Amino acid sequence: MTTTSLPDALGHFGPYGGRFVPETLMVALNELTVAFTEALDDETFQVELNDLLRNYVGRPTALYFAENLTRKLGGAKIYIKREDLAHTGAHKINNAIAQGLLARRMGKKKIFAETGAGQHGVATATVCAMLGMECTVFMGAEDVRRQSLNVFRMKLLGAKVEVVESGSRTLKDAMNEAIRGWVTHVRDTYYLIGSAAGPHPYPWLVREFQSVIGREAREQILAAEGRLPDYAIACVGGGSNAIGLFHPFVEDAAVKFIGVEAAGEGIDTERHAATLSKGRPGVLHGSKSYLLQDEYGQVQEAHSISAGLDYPGVGPEHSFYKDTGRATYVAITDIEALEGFKLLSETEGIIPALEPSHAIAYVAKFAPTLPKDQVILLGLSGRGDKDINTVIAALGIDAGSE
Amino acid sequence: MSRIAETFARTKAAGRIALFPFMTVGYPDLETSIALVKAMVEAGGEGIELGIPFSDPLADGPTVQKSSYQALQGGTVPTDALDVVRRLRADGVAVPLILMGYLNTFLACGEESFILDAAAAGADGLIIVDLPPEESDATKALCKKNGLDLIYLLAPTSDDGRIAEVVSRASGFIYCVGVVGVTGARDAISAELPGFLRRLRAKTELPLVVGFGISKREHVQALEGLADGAIVASVLIDIVESSAREERVEKVRSYVEVLTGRSEAST
Repeated sequence: MTTTSLPDALGHFGPYGGRFVPETLMVALNELTVAFTEALDDETFQVELNDLLRNYVGRPTALYFAENLTRKLGGAKIYIKREDLAHTGAHKINNAIAQGLLARRMGKKKIFAETGAGQHGVATATVCAMLGMECTVFMGAEDVRRQSLNVFRMKLLGAKVEVVESGSRTLKDAMNEAIRGWVTHVRDTYYLIGSAAGPHPYPWLVREFQSVIGREAREQILAAEGRLPDYAIACVGGGSNAIGLFHPFVEDAAVKFIGVEAAGEGIDTERHAATLSKGRPGVLHGSKSYLLQDEYGQVQEAHSISAGLDYPGVGPEHSFYKDTGRATYVAITDIEALEGFKLLSETEGIIPALEPSHAIAYVAKFAPTLPKDQVILLGLSGRGDKDINTVIAALGIDAGSE
Repeated sequence: MSRIAETFARTKAAGRIALFPFMTVGYPDLETSIALVKAMVEAGGEGIELGIPFSDPLADGPTVQKSSYQALQGGTVPTDALDVVRRLRADGVAVPLILMGYLNTFLACGEESFILDAAAAGADGLIIVDLPPEESDATKALCKKNGLDLIYLLAPTSDDGRIAEVVSRASGFIYCVGVVGVTGARDAISAELPGFLRRLRAKTELPLVVGFGISKREHVQALEGLADGAIVASVLIDIVESSAREERVEKVRSYVEVLTGRSEAST
């Protein structure tokens, strides 16, 4: 399943990753590493996971040739990997269902999760409902406000939503509280991290479970084009959908990776979430990676119109890809992302989430600069239903008249 | 002999639990935090843990979080902790002073220069809550070179392998996390604490100091024969928080006197 030898035994991707958490959690992380390693080699686990991915999640998700968008932009051919079509509406379910099975295998019946946009919270609540587990989702008060639909969905699915009022009241603080909660309940609770971040083994584990995106896309693009894409492009907050799309191509040097971060109101303002573009290495939430921080190491508040990208950290493997040049990271503003949102809705009849709208907006700028024989693989990590209220507020679309 | 070793040699000989009160540097403001520390020493604190405020203190419960947040809002920076140590030493405070913080603070300030400056200022040890032994080689070497003890933590969940790992590296004392949880005052000490401490006692001669969840004289007394020291934090911050501005220092002083057994009265 793994296509490179990274991370090492302590969870390092070069100088990044590792395990920087209070001692109370260390044994639990060791146990998780052992359980995950065993599950990877266990055919029964893989058979059950693959069955659920097919029949419950609805995989493989489609790879769609966006002919209208390609024509409109007038450059490279654009293929869209449709994670928006997965059950619950985003890629988050791939990881949630796999970790849910892992939790069950470890004999844990209680699940904690953090969520930003609420997609991971919904995916986890869904899996817990299906597997009969008790689910608590930590969510920042600001995100609860802007993602009320997902809060309702989680409650409907039987999850308890813990509203986090500390700090910036977004994903960073939700993750702090989830870790604090796990420290207290570590003996009987499984912490189901949604991003390719956190202490080892999470960045590795989440990458492996999300790599189904890139593995499918690889087969699908080979079938459609008879060759690999020139570019794989995806949005990066914590970076789980991007690493899942990229990693199966990591040994294919001809496939260039572009991660699109949230520039918020602009990367030269104080209000953005462009961790890789503007941050420097530090330690947050258990691993070493690029981080938005002041000169004294205090973590800064991120800002993005999209709750899922509103995070001052990033998964450690992305930091490693940045330093080694394996991937390039660019940033797209709130306003550009809204343009991307409209563009895909209008040209292809696909309403994207605000997170991948950043990747769409970048493709809208980038594709026209490429020759027509080039191929772009665009990761569409989720659908936009959850963002309609935000978009209405931002664009002032009148929902009440024709 | 280091200040830490001397302190425990003395308290062990006297058969008492060494009390290490904690205060967040810059809480409620820088000058008051210094006055609080002096009062805590005068009231019988045998060592002081100085918390360096951090934006994301994930091992801390609401009380310490709040103090950290307020200190940061007041403009406290990590190097203020070094100034506080210098001023306490200049004013004759002779007990061990231990800096407690999160790893990112040390990385951002430059680990080598921060440790060098901490030693020069007169600090005796460092506690880095989110630095486990397997990631600590470089930090440990820097501390050792500068005569500081890097204090390692063990928790009730630590298995024998981890206990052996920590014991082989530790100096000064071992910080024994008293509860499976975050910092914060609790009614009673955890039922599993005695067993945990006995397990450690069998493996090391180093002083065992219990923190997290110790807030009352009876908690400190319950450690007699099991541990060598106790760290008390959240309850002291709660007292600062709930006291009138001009009474904060005296209220904290009285409570530390209760904790150390110098006074029977309760605040």
